[in-house]
Amino acid sequence: MNVEKFRRWLNGETDLMEHMLDGKQGHDLPRQDQRRLQREAEEVAVVRMGRVIHSERRLFSAWYRVAAVLCCLTLMAVFLYMVAHITRYGAENPRATEVAERYVERGLEETGAVNIVSGMILDYRAFDTLGESHVLFTALICVMILLRRDRKNMRTAYEDYYRIQEEDYFPTDGDSIARRVGGILVPCILLFGVYILLNGQLSPGGGFSGGAVLGAGLVIFASTRGDGAVDRFLTKRLFQRTAFCALSFYSFAKGYVFFTGANGLENHIPKGTPGAILSGGLILPLDIAVGLVVACTMFGFYSLFRRGSIGGELGEDGSGNARTKGE
Amino acid sequence: MDFIRNFPLFTIVLSLFSSVLCMMLDGRRAKRYTVCYECFLIALSGAVLWYVSVTGEAFTYVMGEFPAPWGNEIRAGILEALLALTFLVILLCSVLGGWRFLLIDVEHSKINLYFTLINLLTAALMALIWTNDIFTGYVFLEILTLASCGILIVREIGRTTLAAVRYMVLNLLGSGLFLLGVVLLYSLTGHLLMVPMREAVAEIIAADGGAITVTFSLAVLTIGLGIKSGLFPFYFWMPDTYGTATPTSAAILSALVSKAYIFLLFKIYWRVIGIDVFQELPIHDLLFGLGILGMLFGSVSAIRANSIHRMLAFSSAAQIGYIYMGLGMGGPMGYVTALFQLIAHSVTKSLLFLTTPRLARVSGDSLLFQNLQGSGTRDRSAGIFFTLCSFSMVGIPIFAGFSAKLFFAVAAVETGKLGVLFATMLALAISSVLNALYFLRTVIRIYTAGRGGADISAPRIYAEAHNDIDAGEPVPETRTLSGRLSYWIPALILTGINLFLGLFSWVTVDVIQRGLMMFA
Repeated sequence: MNVEKFRRWLNGETDLMEHMLDGKQGHDLPRQDQRRLQREAEEVAVVRMGRVIHSERRLFSAWYRVAAVLCCLTLMAVFLYMVAHITRYGAENPRATEVAERYVERGLEETGAVNIVSGMILDYRAFDTLGESHVLFTALICVMILLRRDRKNMRTAYEDYYRIQEEDYFPTDGDSIARRVGGILVPCILLFGVYILLNGQLSPGGGFSGGAVLGAGLVIFASTRGDGAVDRFLTKRLFQRTAFCALSFYSFAKGYVFFTGANGLENHIPKGTPGAILSGGLILPLDIAVGLVVACTMFGFYSLFRRGSIGGELGEDGSGNARTKGE
Repeated sequence: MDFIRNFPLFTIVLSLFSSVLCMMLDGRRAKRYTVCYECFLIALSGAVLWYVSVTGEAFTYVMGEFPAPWGNEIRAGILEALLALTFLVILLCSVLGGWRFLLIDVEHSKINLYFTLINLLTAALMALIWTNDIFTGYVFLEILTLASCGILIVREIGRTTLAAVRYMVLNLLGSGLFLLGVVLLYSLTGHLLMVPMREAVAEIIAADGGAITVTFSLAVLTIGLGIKSGLFPFYFWMPDTYGTATPTSAAILSALVSKAYIFLLFKIYWRVIGIDVFQELPIHDLLFGLGILGMLFGSVSAIRANSIHRMLAFSSAAQIGYIYMGLGMGGPMGYVTALFQLIAHSVTKSLLFLTTPRLARVSGDSLLFQNLQGSGTRDRSAGIFFTLCSFSMVGIPIFAGFSAKLFFAVAAVETGKLGVLFATMLALAISSVLNALYFLRTVIRIYTAGRGGADISAPRIYAEAHNDIDAGEPVPETRTLSGRLSYWIPALILTGINLFLGLFSWVTVDVIQRGLMMFA
């Protein structure tokens, strides 16, 4: 059955989620009735389809399985063969380590960062990292488009009604144990995140990992204290401004360095004493910018998946309800 | 004058900044800003094209203080500048031409996010065109993948969501394979920048049994990008993706995104593997075969399609088959023609995707052929442009499609291989007949008098159905002067380029040839 469904989906004939996404089936029916109707409809469809495709299906599913296994085996064989033939690192293949050697040997002197990884991603190959931080931003925007609630979105008043009912049983601000533990944990987590973030040029860490810890701290805070507690300080406006400032600072700072570097100009950015907190040139400010973007992205994902908005902004009409579009 | 060397950097960094800026603006301002900004970018890339053709040599641009092989690098030659210019013009035309439909399809509070994605996509396209580093290619390929899913999903109806999920799954599979290919090549060569990588590859090939490892990694990489661009067995995601997206997105996805992947692949063949080495590997034969199969199967699927968007999508599969056939054919003329076809198809297909929604609009918003009957007489401008584009796709002289097919035939003769010659000629003949079959059938249908969907009085019903979406906003009307201009201007520009490519094809071919000479 599933294979046939998959094949039809592959050919673009069916919507697997037709009844799940459109929000077209009677929203004002109580949930029990709706489920029953849906189940009945599905049963009828299954029987009908089953008659038509019975013979076809067997052939396809056999073919599909054989093909899948063959594909996997071929790929495995190819990669094993490759691994067996790749020359080893080190003396056997001096060319392959040429670049890495320079990073290790002269990284500290050239970038001013004790943590060579930071020096590599934020100085030697900063352009890639500039792209990488915008990958996160792109993902955030896509999730926002998909999940932020508006008059056209698929979440409906029907869903809201049941969600609110359930939340009365399971309040989002956690029970007293979670609140207490959260109260102890969150400051430590945030502090640790800041530490990782600021020490990127000195020890393992930096923007991506520090930002992830900060984001996790915010998520724990929101899930133990309730969404309202976060809304009090993290509004939609603040969220947007943070992302805007961090990313545009990143683009322009790095654009400036690229520009001066390529044109052979002096960039006037002090490298500082290696080992001090203010060292590594632009690495520290860039780490902070990346960290803010990562934290925003992580918390944004949580918030959008959880309730379809960021920072208490509920739809553009500001009302937070009556988004009954979909009929 | 040497300041122009900085322009490629500006096109990337400013696009990234613009994307963040668009998030802060409201929808209409974001659109206005994006249009002005695209014009500015067109000027920048035009200047780069002028600069490299005057100086006659490509230049590399170090991203930061560290030269290759330690730091990142971008590179600009005639070919890169020409493609950047073409892509940006098409992007601008798509944004202008699809704006009216964007207002209907996209929730108004999310239009600024749409333009955020358009700017990210611009940055990614620019980076993929200029990059001289295979890993930078991968990073911006990720942005391109995500942004293209985003501009697909923005319509927020069940069908596009489903199409976007499928598109994303297949695209991520492609990205994964591409990444594996990059990793394999990196572990073989120890470099990520293209020029040192090519030197290392040449050494490996010269050594015993080195060719096979390079071939495998290149094959993995080719399959990855083949899935993403819709090479023959992997084209089944196309109809839903192109058919359900809002017109601007459909035009961008079919004309630019898939072409950017192909250009990246092309760049890898030339600049990472080295084209002489590549022609020794069996992969190019495979591409040649798959390209021809794509031409035929794409066309057959297009004939069987029941709606105009599915037909256009399958025809894209066929046209991408032409490009891969050119890549596989090889020889100087083969590569030139593949690039010519890449540009010609981008120009034509983007206009087709901008035109068909207008035909559907006067046919009860139905894309089914039976409802489109007579739509060419109901919306005359759309009918005319659809017909012109169809002529180009079929390969009628004075249009770009004809020149492309002619050059493919010339390229096949120049290879001097009898098998290639016969296969190409046969494929061209059959595919042209099939193209004519489905495109001219559609042209005849839209000019056949008939009931079609006309009596449904589409705009009114559509407006009623969407009233609550556009509450407070007047329903976008295609009959006002600005409404017409917003279609006529991009349509005229794209048709103009199409005619230019067809009538003065030797100019373009000459430019591409000069570009290829400084590309290696």
